[in-house]
Amino acid sequence: MSLRELYQEMIIDHGKSPRNFGKLDHASHLQVGHNPLCGDRLVIYIEENNGIVDKIRFEGTGCAISVASASLMTEAAMGKSVQEVENLFSRFHQLVTTGETMDDLGKLVVFAGVAAFPIRVKCATLPWHTLKAALRSSSNDSVSTE
Amino acid sequence: MIDKRIDFDHLRQDFPILKSKNRNKPIIFFDSAASSQKPIQVLNAVNDFYQKDYANIHRGIYELSERASLLYENTREKVRQFIHAPHANEIVFVRGTTEAINLVAQCISKNESGEIKWQAGDEVILSEMEHHANIVPWYLLKKQLGIVLKIIPVTDEGVIDITSYQDLFSSRTKIVAISHASNALGTINSIKEMIKIAHQHQVPVLIDGAQAAPHFAIDVQALDCDFYVFSGHKMYAPTGVGVLYAKKIWLDNMPPYQGGGDMIETVSFTHITFAKAPHKFEAGTPDIAAVIGLSAAIDYLQQIGMQAIDQHEQQLLQQAEPALLSIPKLKIIGTAQPKVGVISFVIDGIHPHDIGTVLDHEGIAVRAGHHCAMPLMNRFGLSATVRASFGIYTNEQDIDALVEGVQQAVRIFS
Repeated sequence: MSLRELYQEMIIDHGKSPRNFGKLDHASHLQVGHNPLCGDRLVIYIEENNGIVDKIRFEGTGCAISVASASLMTEAAMGKSVQEVENLFSRFHQLVTTGETMDDLGKLVVFAGVAAFPIRVKCATLPWHTLKAALRSSSNDSVSTE
Repeated sequence: MIDKRIDFDHLRQDFPILKSKNRNKPIIFFDSAASSQKPIQVLNAVNDFYQKDYANIHRGIYELSERASLLYENTREKVRQFIHAPHANEIVFVRGTTEAINLVAQCISKNESGEIKWQAGDEVILSEMEHHANIVPWYLLKKQLGIVLKIIPVTDEGVIDITSYQDLFSSRTKIVAISHASNALGTINSIKEMIKIAHQHQVPVLIDGAQAAPHFAIDVQALDCDFYVFSGHKMYAPTGVGVLYAKKIWLDNMPPYQGGGDMIETVSFTHITFAKAPHKFEAGTPDIAAVIGLSAAIDYLQQIGMQAIDQHEQQLLQQAEPALLSIPKLKIIGTAQPKVGVISFVIDGIHPHDIGTVLDHEGIAVRAGHHCAMPLMNRFGLSATVRASFGIYTNEQDIDALVEGVQQAVRIFS
């Protein structure tokens, strides 16, 4: 496993210039995610209509992997149903823990290298845990990966 | 002056783990402040003890147990000499620094019979740079008794603000608890002066020496501290043993911390009399082998000489800090003088965990995170730093590799 396989160009790019970054003024769901181990903290905003993620944005700070993961997650989740997002998360989780996937995960496959660095799996999954919690509740309780 | 030259490169051969691998590359170990590696002399002492001298201590009627007890008690005397304590019965073996501080917090707030002595509104003075091990035990006491924690601020350089410290004392101040050296910044605090100030207010002082004991000579009598605590595993001894030094008057006036075997004189269901210190505080079978390992570690350190170790680490600091600072946007957090061999740094635009992963990939073990000092990180407006900490096996080539590894991280992320 080379460093370039972990830190692929797309991860570096999204880590530095995250997409869908910022607040949503009329969010139906808002969720704070926090990893106390490394201090990563993000807020996810969702506008959900009839079970569809119409709009999703995030803000926060973190390492290249967590910021890139949040950024690519927002792109992947936009327009999908709540059920589709949850399915996508379980397939993404398998990817970052085993390094392999049977599914077409699109751009998300750039995270396959994370599996070789188990301590960094939480960085990649924090945005997804936060998103899942956001969709399951309309409250703004904080989720934590620790 | 050091009259003998120590070949520190040669000492590396004493550490078998340095022949092992990290990510399939030779280990370059910069996490000694978390826990140090062990020399073969310590590993052999533990192994020999189990193979030749092992039995439970203090109760066997047979010679083997007497031998084990003697090795255990001789270590108490060796620790006394190591920190220049007046009496061996002021040395209590505990599991580590954390347990020592919990013991003091729970016991000093009670009288000898175990009744709570402190009252709501009584005060404990801590510094902003403390490790969680020297915050949480006092916070638990705050929750139990309603005491107040008063915090000494830290300057931008990472130094305890002595003027603010003096202003924190009141008639309610019960104890000052501060670190000798900061695990996150490396700062060596002016504890002698701070202890003197506390004593002018008749307030006892606990010193967390976890980051001092591996690096330079400790003299608890010259410091005149009331409590001095440290861990074995950070000073080349095994995990599972630490030391609480306390002036006899405190040990006599504190109740036992835990109850069990070995800490009593007589037991019935209606009345128990306790053994005298230090045994009063050593309930149950201790980590005997770790204590034997600590003895070997002290021998090892003293053979090298604490002054030589300090000088070696200062030379490495003088090499490492300018080399790291030559990297654009790199900032060292904690620029106090003097420091132990700990360098905490951040690079604008690169998260410490990403730097840690790049270094890990090169075989270099650093710490990236809050270093169990979240209040200090908040003080500097950071959630994490990269920390490289030295041991006696650290050498110039290690520093070169560290600097090259950080430069590689900069190349990847810029």
